[in-house]
Amino acid sequence: MTYTPHKPPIAESPDELRTRIPGWGVDLDPKDRPSVPKLQWQEDFTGAHWESPERQPEKYPRERSVEHGMLTPVFGTAQPPSGLSGAIRRYAYHYSEGRLAHWLLLVLGDRVDAWEHHLKSLLTLRPDNPVTQTGVKAEFTHHGLKSRLGQHRTDLKHQVLDPVIVGGPWVAAAGAVYVGARGVARSLSRAGSDGARSVH
Amino acid sequence: MRAMVYRGPYKVRVEEKDRPTIEHPNDAIIRVQLAAICGSDLHLYHGMMPDTRIGHTFGHEFIGVVDEVGSSVQNLAVGDRVMVPFNIFCGTCWYCARGLYSNCHNVNPNATAVGGIYGYSHTTGGYDGGQAEFVRVPFADVGPSKIPDWMDDEDAVLLTDATATGYFGAQLGDIVEGDVVIVFGAGPVGLVAAKSAWLMGAGRVIVIDHLDHRLEKARTFAHAETYNFTQYGDIVLEMKKTTDWLGADVAIDAVGAEADGNFLQHVTSSKLKLQGGSPVALNWAIDSVRKGATISVMGAYGPLFSAVKFGDAMNKGLTIHTNQAPVKRQWPRLFEHVRNGYLKPSELVTHRVPLEHIAEGYHMFSAKLDGIIKPLVVPTAA
Repeated sequence: MTYTPHKPPIAESPDELRTRIPGWGVDLDPKDRPSVPKLQWQEDFTGAHWESPERQPEKYPRERSVEHGMLTPVFGTAQPPSGLSGAIRRYAYHYSEGRLAHWLLLVLGDRVDAWEHHLKSLLTLRPDNPVTQTGVKAEFTHHGLKSRLGQHRTDLKHQVLDPVIVGGPWVAAAGAVYVGARGVARSLSRAGSDGARSVH
Repeated sequence: MRAMVYRGPYKVRVEEKDRPTIEHPNDAIIRVQLAAICGSDLHLYHGMMPDTRIGHTFGHEFIGVVDEVGSSVQNLAVGDRVMVPFNIFCGTCWYCARGLYSNCHNVNPNATAVGGIYGYSHTTGGYDGGQAEFVRVPFADVGPSKIPDWMDDEDAVLLTDATATGYFGAQLGDIVEGDVVIVFGAGPVGLVAAKSAWLMGAGRVIVIDHLDHRLEKARTFAHAETYNFTQYGDIVLEMKKTTDWLGADVAIDAVGAEADGNFLQHVTSSKLKLQGGSPVALNWAIDSVRKGATISVMGAYGPLFSAVKFGDAMNKGLTIHTNQAPVKRQWPRLFEHVRNGYLKPSELVTHRVPLEHIAEGYHMFSAKLDGIIKPLVVPTAA
């Protein structure tokens, strides 16, 4: 009991557990657990035949955390920073990982990056397609309704926000383009009529 | 080559990309035969991980055939079938020398707080991942292992992360014989953690989730007692009642950043990106265990802060153990468990998605359609 010295008893004995569950207790001894203790000297260096690895060539100024003393010997080269998002990201790396500014600027860079690519895609033969890229077709091929109706799922409360997150910016952008175009059209039409009046 | 690419939150597609090339003498290029979508890929997919760039190829669980090796590679040859741990690691930095491969300091210039991971944003090093036909694998002499002849491909691909992480998570719990262990989250990692808790001598294993099909799997795969938290007004109180008011000895957070169960926590993290993660499962873990207990956290969280009930953790004298799993360190023992039939990771696979249909695969996994637990990705050329 909790309010007395002894732990509440377990319903099944070790023998019963061993019979019911294949492998019960095979790692009972911490010595058999590969990550106990957490820090263990690895004599073979896991196959490495160096103490300090050769350095990968740096083919462009690779952004790095200011908490690193040097550029790491190996690094990823996927998607080098470019454009406005690249500038934001490079600026973010002026701040240490301990600073909120570092992470919030990276998040901002992500959003700008998405819009840069969405806009660029409109100039290609394969523009972004929010229908195919969100995979919503699976709703019809993999039991979208049945997977939700009558289930005890708590995520349904916020799943309705997903279309807003995905579609909202597109709707807002379309609205902005419409309002902007209408404004320009009105200005041109006003300028045209003013010009016409001035002739008289 | 064909590869999955990220196009912004909730949007992915398949594109033609250049085949990766050798960039370091110890690189290898692997032709991917089988990959997987991990629950943590959904954090990227939902736009939660800072510095996730458009065009990035996700995928940190994959197996394949060595297609090309760099000039200093000694342990692998073209044609070898290999399984690749999700950690990219050098083998000799301060951390690797002590077995903390997931914390390698020589592979991720973008951050010191996390190691290198394939296809997991620039915050983990900016490496494209394995949901593609080919992938660059750095430190090929260190990370990959040849797949044993007796091992099933689907077992092998699940050993590259989910199985190793679940097994590692149970070790972080410091389980002793007869312990009551609560596992939050019945995804692949939580299910393996629950099964592993038994291997370490747990006396009782409880799994908590809100998806009935996953709880069913927890009963059959992990022999666990299950609770659907939506069926209880207060799951923490329920855990106190079922442990005779003491609380559990160990709790394992196998949910991470997008935990459900508290609308405000979920929306501020997953939707509004104002937290590094929704710590609902972690807070429930803190409150469900007894004083002096141990909490294991290997559910993934982002680098921003999260609203964790640290006061309760401190006042209860809890020990909190965390880390990304150093996968390769788990393999020799895990291989024995798989060979002996104690663990059968491929039983977790529910869907096999062709690479060309990756957008539907991500949507299904994100929206939890069709009883999905673990989706694999089959590249076009495999």
